[in-house]
Amino acid sequence: MMIARIARQRRVGVGLAAAVVLLSGCATTQSRVDPFEPWNRAMLEVNDVVDGNFVKPVAEAYVKYTPEPIRSGVSNFFGNIDDLFIGLNNVLEGNGYRAGDDFGRVLLNSTFGLGGIFDLASMMGIEKHTQDFGITFGKWGIPQGPYLFVPLFGPTTLRDGTGTAIRAYLGPTTYIFGNVPLRNSIWGVGAVDARAQALGAESMIDAAALDRYRFIRNAYLRARRYQVYDGKPPPDEDDGE
Amino acid sequence: MIRIRTWCWTVLPLALVACSAIAQEAPDAMVKRVAEDVLAQIRADKDLQSGNQAKVKLVIETKLVPNFDFLRMTSLAMGRNWRTATPEQQKQLADEFRTLLVRTYSGALANYRDNTMDYKPLRMNPGDTEAIVRTEVRRSGQAPVQIDYSMEKLPEGWKAYDVIVAGVSLVTNYRDEFNDTVKSSGIDGLIAALVKKNAAAPAAAK
Repeated sequence: MMIARIARQRRVGVGLAAAVVLLSGCATTQSRVDPFEPWNRAMLEVNDVVDGNFVKPVAEAYVKYTPEPIRSGVSNFFGNIDDLFIGLNNVLEGNGYRAGDDFGRVLLNSTFGLGGIFDLASMMGIEKHTQDFGITFGKWGIPQGPYLFVPLFGPTTLRDGTGTAIRAYLGPTTYIFGNVPLRNSIWGVGAVDARAQALGAESMIDAAALDRYRFIRNAYLRARRYQVYDGKPPPDEDDGE
Repeated sequence: MIRIRTWCWTVLPLALVACSAIAQEAPDAMVKRVAEDVLAQIRADKDLQSGNQAKVKLVIETKLVPNFDFLRMTSLAMGRNWRTATPEQQKQLADEFRTLLVRTYSGALANYRDNTMDYKPLRMNPGDTEAIVRTEVRRSGQAPVQIDYSMEKLPEGWKAYDVIVAGVSLVTNYRDEFNDTVKSSGIDGLIAALVKKNAAAPAAAK
């Protein structure tokens, strides 16, 4: 149901993006990747208000009042669930060898790592990978579509956002924890943990960027390109000195 | 005139000896030495961890800055606009860009405390004057982040002119921003924007 809706939205979005590109015949690269820039900029402002007043203070308090071992336990717990999906995506991309590592990590960390609280696998040298549905779709040749900034979720594209939605839909918090209040609290802790992890990078962006919106967008799109091309992206057009 | 010349001749041999000692150090060895030195300093110093700006700035200015070629970084970040800038503008741009980067890293230095670094084997031929030093930063529970340094060999030793974090080149990311700003408000507009940014209260110094 949800996937169908997302698929429908995607078609609409892709159609819209194509129309925009066609209408602006001499479109620059910028508007081709970001046809909804005015809308996205507004969303960044919405994000800053909501995040700055509610989410960020919670994340900061969490970092301040929670001892580091507990925080890393929380990160590891959610990271362990993530590893399951990282493995799944490696399967979908035909990276059997890497998927083996990922599932091995889940097995090891879920058991000896006490439900994922300890990342034993990393200590033993089984590396965590970077992988998600957006990257898989990219490797399958699906174009990224227009860039989107979604309040509280941050930078994404139609393709990557679809991947994130699928990931959220698949859970597994949705069905592992039948108890709704418990599931919601786990969800909440996961969100705070994710937000807390971004605090460092975020203050760096504030310090570094002339135009925060553009900085986030360009860095996001380049990082994703790099991931889709497995660390070997083709050179840019404007790489000359 | 004569005085200056004599001074040159006395200092030059000393400088050359010092330079050749540094120049012999391979680029990857240099990155490792500097990174480990700075990491050790952060781990040992509570003031650095809590973000004491004066101390942080001192570490960055003395340990990191001398190993970067800011002029080349700026010229790369400017792309084709670099050649249209006057020498005076180029100098201003390089100075402001340097200030911006120092301030950015001043805010971020404390975040690196819990990181460990891995250094990948360097692929380089003996006579090469360019090299890419590959490192990986590890943090528990997270996928390692690849950080690469583009290095060049100068008479005074190896220097970095780009940092590539998880595939995002610092220089390229700024090129997008600089290009747009130059297009809308010219090179002087870009200089003004950098000056303004640098004059604002440091966002990360909390």
